[in-house]
Amino acid sequence: MSKRVGLEASHAAAEAARMADVDVIAAYPITPQTHIPERLAEMVADGELNAAYIPVESEHSALSACLGAAAVGARTFTATAGQGLELMHEVVYVASSMRYPIVMTICNRALSAPLSVWGDHSDAMAVRDTGWIQVFCQNNQEAFDMTLWAFRVGEDSRVLFPVMVHFDGFHLSHVTEPVILPEQKEVDKFLPRFQYPFALNPDKPMTHGAFGPPDIYSEAKVAQEVAFRKSKDVIIQGFKEFGDIFGRYYHPVEPYKTEGARTLLLTMGSFSETAKIAIDTKKNKGESVGLLNLRLWRPFPFEELRQAVKDAETLIVFDRCISFGGPGGPVSSEVRSALYNEKERPRVVSFVGGLGGRDMSVKDFEYVIDRGREIVEKGSEELFETVGIRGKVTGIRG
Amino acid sequence: MTEKRLKTGSDFTWKDMEVGNIVTEVGNASVRKTGDWRTKRPILDREKCTKCALCWIYCPDAAIKPSEEGYYESDLYYCKGCGICASICPAGAITMIEEEEK
Amino acid sequence: MEGKFIKIGKNRVTADEFVAEGHSFCVGCGEALALRLACKALGRDVIIANATGCIEICTSPLPLTSWRVPWIHTLFENTAAEISGIEAGLKILMKKGKMPERDIKCVAVAGDGGTSDIGMQALSGAFERKHDFLYLCFDNEAYMNTGIQRSSATPYGASTTTAPAGKLSIGQTTWKKNMAEIAVAHDIPYVATACPSYPFDLINKVKKGGEVKGPAYVHIFSPCPTGWRYSTDLTIEIGRLAVETGIFPLYEVENGRYKLNVDRPKLSPVEEYLKPQGRFRHLLDEEIEKIQEHVNEEYAKLKAKIACFAA
Repeated sequence: MSKRVGLEASHAAAEAARMADVDVIAAYPITPQTHIPERLAEMVADGELNAAYIPVESEHSALSACLGAAAVGARTFTATAGQGLELMHEVVYVASSMRYPIVMTICNRALSAPLSVWGDHSDAMAVRDTGWIQVFCQNNQEAFDMTLWAFRVGEDSRVLFPVMVHFDGFHLSHVTEPVILPEQKEVDKFLPRFQYPFALNPDKPMTHGAFGPPDIYSEAKVAQEVAFRKSKDVIIQGFKEFGDIFGRYYHPVEPYKTEGARTLLLTMGSFSETAKIAIDTKKNKGESVGLLNLRLWRPFPFEELRQAVKDAETLIVFDRCISFGGPGGPVSSEVRSALYNEKERPRVVSFVGGLGGRDMSVKDFEYVIDRGREIVEKGSEELFETVGIRGKVTGIRG
Repeated sequence: MTEKRLKTGSDFTWKDMEVGNIVTEVGNASVRKTGDWRTKRPILDREKCTKCALCWIYCPDAAIKPSEEGYYESDLYYCKGCGICASICPAGAITMIEEEEK
Repeated sequence: MEGKFIKIGKNRVTADEFVAEGHSFCVGCGEALALRLACKALGRDVIIANATGCIEICTSPLPLTSWRVPWIHTLFENTAAEISGIEAGLKILMKKGKMPERDIKCVAVAGDGGTSDIGMQALSGAFERKHDFLYLCFDNEAYMNTGIQRSSATPYGASTTTAPAGKLSIGQTTWKKNMAEIAVAHDIPYVATACPSYPFDLINKVKKGGEVKGPAYVHIFSPCPTGWRYSTDLTIEIGRLAVETGIFPLYEVENGRYKLNVDRPKLSPVEEYLKPQGRFRHLLDEEIEKIQEHVNEEYAKLKAKIACFAA
């Protein structure tokens, strides 16, 4: 019998790693991820989880130890946030290019300076191009579900890419919500044993990580890119298989009440749930609005996005990150780019808010929708607009 | 040692790349003819050689091999001509000569 | 060649070559020789994690590899963290019955830069966590692969490209960081210094380090004709002089107990070691004197430790 328990997203992720029978955990504590390594250490100490727990001395070493463990064929898990993700930045690229299917939870945290332990998406945006499969969670159930799904997809022999599961620091990591935990036998049915085809072993010596002279580096990178894009097939299959076994179906782009909606709001992460209430409020007033929850961030779901917005006139994209001097919030610029070649496409408007733990209320999202429609009608001086900032923001010229 | 066909990156299309660029062919770098680097080559005087094998152990390139008769001689496919063998030979049986001399 | 041994005096050394011929180490490279010998000591049942550096570059240009044993390179400063993951991974997979139990030595290979500078943190962490691994530091006393830049292992008075001898400088103005003693301070079961000029001593120490349960550290002096600017045939001679002058003493520390492997009633003057090397060519007599004093002092300290913590 599956059971329903109150869990923080952190504990939900740890529980998923436990049920996945992870072999090696190498993690370094950083707010707001700490509850994950703490819970895992507890599980190992109590014999609930048979894993090697390596209390490394930095995040760079955390992911590096994961590279080593994955290279010998161990199922590997780690977690970090904000500055920790930045510190391991070079290792993040290596994990993808060397095709080690490590699963990593990111409790999304703002980047220094000034120092902020609180949530936003700037840590995720900094690793956009690193070649990890990336998904965002709206709630703690998804934090659990996506972690299990991540192992299934990343370790698939047709994929062999590492996976990042993002959920908002504090808003999810430290908030208790009901989570349905499946039975172990259901998990075992969903998640086969990890069989890494290139495991380092004296019986079959191999060389991992040879360097790439100019006459071969480009081919190596293109091969990685093509394989990365192809992983989308297994991503979709993984979502389906997950739904078939556990009853919850996930999608790269999840529309919420978008049928016939002229104005759409696109959000990622926990704020999608807040925004949905704003959508309901406005719909009750007869407004033609809907929401898109962007779940799959990499590889970017071009087809699904284009399909979801084809009937809309306005698409308001809400970012929790500034790309300094760039074309707006990172998600909005990707969305614009994805729609650029479409004959018919909505006007895309960019909003940035929710930085460094700044909350977004239902009213804030209502404002975003109203102001977004106004910008489409009357234009704006600014390249993107902010919400929830004290003082009128000007000087963001395009 | 006959010249081996050198396998270079230029032989590979992107489709030929192994997953993660892993090299599964053990020790395939042995195609490289580092003997081309030489400006000097070692000559062994078998009369003086005591078959002590010190030249074999001190060669950084593992280019010295035992022959059928038990002498240790330089594999000229690989030998870079550093002169360490000549320098350490206790019997003075190895001399370095200019590569142009035959 | 498989399973064949070569007899040299009373020593038997495997004829197997674990790093294939045709690698691109420089002519007369001491590090290449040291690596060759170390691999003979370790055999086939290893997994080697290698830092970026001379060894990595000379043995792994895609699509080729010189390696005949399992080998991985990822980055520069993380070798000790990487080997920690490999060691823990193997242990847990065997414990959980996911792979058959067998003896596989986990070996980390790095240069002086990758150890005493950028790799220090990861190494200290791996020592502290007491992983079962052998760390081999191949010390050619500078960042040689990238063009002879100074490291904390560069000796006092040596000229390197980022601490060059010039009108206002004698080159390196700090004394060489003592990595072996730093390893000893971590309270690990086995620490040793080695030099390819003493091949059987090196082989013996690497073998011992590989067999020890827990962390082991062997610091291997690796003469570099390119960076130290000496004639390529002098590599073995330079290594011997380093030991005979007391510049690089050969010793072991087993569970905190010191043992000197090569001692001489009287050390040769350091000048004999410095003179053949172009990197020291600019040194005046008073600098050589300073080096001599420092070597005398350090050697005396080592002898005192040996007396105090005798094996």
